Amino acid sequence: MSEALLQVRNLKKHFPIRKGVMRRISGQVRAVDGVSFEVGAGETFGLVGESGCGKSTAGRSILRLIEPTAGQILFGGKDIRKLRKGQMRLMRREMQIVFQDPYASLNPRYTVRQILEEPMIIHSLFRSPAERQKRVAELLETVGLSASRMDRYPHEFSGGQRQRIGIARALAVDPKLIIADEPVSALDVSVQSQVLNLLDDLQKQLNLSYVFIAHDLSVVKHISDRIGVMYLGQIVELGESDQLYENPLHPYTQALLSAVPIPDPEARRERIILQGDLPSPANPPKGCYFHPRCKDCMEVCRTQAPEWKEVKPGRFVACHLYD
Amino acid sequence: MAHMMADSSPTTGLKQRLAHPPTKVRSKFVRVLRAYPLVFIGGLMVLALIFVAVFADKLATFNPNFQFANGLAPDGAPLAPNHTFIMGTDDLGRDVYSRLLFGARVSLEVGVFASLISLFIGTTLGIISGYYGGFVDSVIMRITDIMLAFPFILFVVALVAVLSPSITNIFIAIGVLGWAVTARIVRAEVMKVKEFEYVQAARALGSRQWRILFKIILPNIMAPVIVLTTLAIGNNMLLESTLSYLGIGVQPPTASWGSMLSEGQQVFEYAPWLLYYPGLALMLAVLGFNLLGDGLRELFNPRRVR
Repeated sequence: MSEALLQVRNLKKHFPIRKGVMRRISGQVRAVDGVSFEVGAGETFGLVGESGCGKSTAGRSILRLIEPTAGQILFGGKDIRKLRKGQMRLMRREMQIVFQDPYASLNPRYTVRQILEEPMIIHSLFRSPAERQKRVAELLETVGLSASRMDRYPHEFSGGQRQRIGIARALAVDPKLIIADEPVSALDVSVQSQVLNLLDDLQKQLNLSYVFIAHDLSVVKHISDRIGVMYLGQIVELGESDQLYENPLHPYTQALLSAVPIPDPEARRERIILQGDLPSPANPPKGCYFHPRCKDCMEVCRTQAPEWKEVKPGRFVACHLYD
Repeated sequence: MAHMMADSSPTTGLKQRLAHPPTKVRSKFVRVLRAYPLVFIGGLMVLALIFVAVFADKLATFNPNFQFANGLAPDGAPLAPNHTFIMGTDDLGRDVYSRLLFGARVSLEVGVFASLISLFIGTTLGIISGYYGGFVDSVIMRITDIMLAFPFILFVVALVAVLSPSITNIFIAIGVLGWAVTARIVRAEVMKVKEFEYVQAARALGSRQWRILFKIILPNIMAPVIVLTTLAIGNNMLLESTLSYLGIGVQPPTASWGSMLSEGQQVFEYAPWLLYYPGLALMLAVLGFNLLGDGLRELFNPRRVR
């Protein structure tokens, strides 16, 4: 792995719970509770986990769309949490986001041209209208859409095409890093692969880094170089994508992977069914957050939180089984 | 209507989309008119009202406040509609037709200006409340609750009484007190829209706050607000009539539809036209604004009209 472009260290986002007339803070939802990972230039880092585990909150905290509670976010060595408003605005040219829902992520009152011109106007990138139009056409071609349709409104496009427009918008400022927040989970399976391939091609062409957030393991495996598995606001296992899939260490990862369907009717395999629901992040279990649902739960898991340690080079896990 | 049904049938819709045939793209304006003919009628009614109000002095046959000696029957009763006074005269011998035209001025002026004042105050407070939330939101919303809980007419009556009755003070009073509903709707819309991912995307792109508020959020919340304002114009015209009817609106001898109704009801039994004409005018004007408001809602929805 080359020099890390993005380093996230012990990122936390706690949402206060307010109660009563005086709106006193009565508790904290620990949506993201100490997440650390690195993304190198040109690398794709996958972040997986079930709904509500905090992966989207983590992604948005990195961009400061949600202000993180604690931790460091180093981009090119600079802690973006320390940036002032104006500096942060400049930094936004470096890191962009692609959203899950292509129906909510495009302003319905803007034409595609206006949507793609907006980032250029904000950052004064291409000043003359002719230059901007050329750039809009270029961006549309890059994501595989016809430039002749730039004066149409988002509702005139299909879900997959809208997602391409969303990607084009993110590319408009020439970012180095794109946070892809479940970019294909709202799309049909047939369209999913097209969009994934587009992301892949763009990465090669533009040397982009991705933080790819998803709950679909096969999608993540397909696109990611390394993967972090999140559970209840924490990363429980992190490693090279192939290794992690072949030899999952954490019981939660094992359970997740056993749920991936194998496209072979003859294949036999044991499914690990997780018992119970995701516990509330406002009131997480003592000890290891995963212990109430863990098939290998030991005495120590109930009382002590496991340490985050490197069991093999590049392979991290937080589990007492590997103490 | 037949046109609309043909368009919405699935087969034609599909064919159109597959073939990309729009040889002649009709303007959205024309398409809306064809799809919603009532808007057209509403718009015409409003235009007619504006025309009448603006050119009242040209269209009127007489001075609206002049008491004609020949405008009363020998027994002192108002005259029924006739060749000279086409809508009859009132109990002081004034020409009803001319008074009706000048009354349109008052009604429209009060309706429009009061609504604009409410629109401005309500939108400003609603945006602040909805976007920033927290303590500011609580304060603004509690004030809104108080405004809505207080009997509105009483409130306006009190304020007009303090300011002294005049056309200007009426629309100021109605406008300054009538923003609560607008503020609530704007707040709700802002709270809805600001969570949309396109607003998040604008933030991620580094938009400044004013840009997000005025170029992204505001256009996306304006549709219901404009509809509300159009409907409010009608309502405020009614309110002006109510105030004038109660005697704290425009002061005699100025004509307004409400004061005409108020004066007319005393002699209603033998001069019913004194109620028919202003009543009908008021009804048509309010109806016009309501139809227009409904139509604008369609016009502002980029998805509805194809």
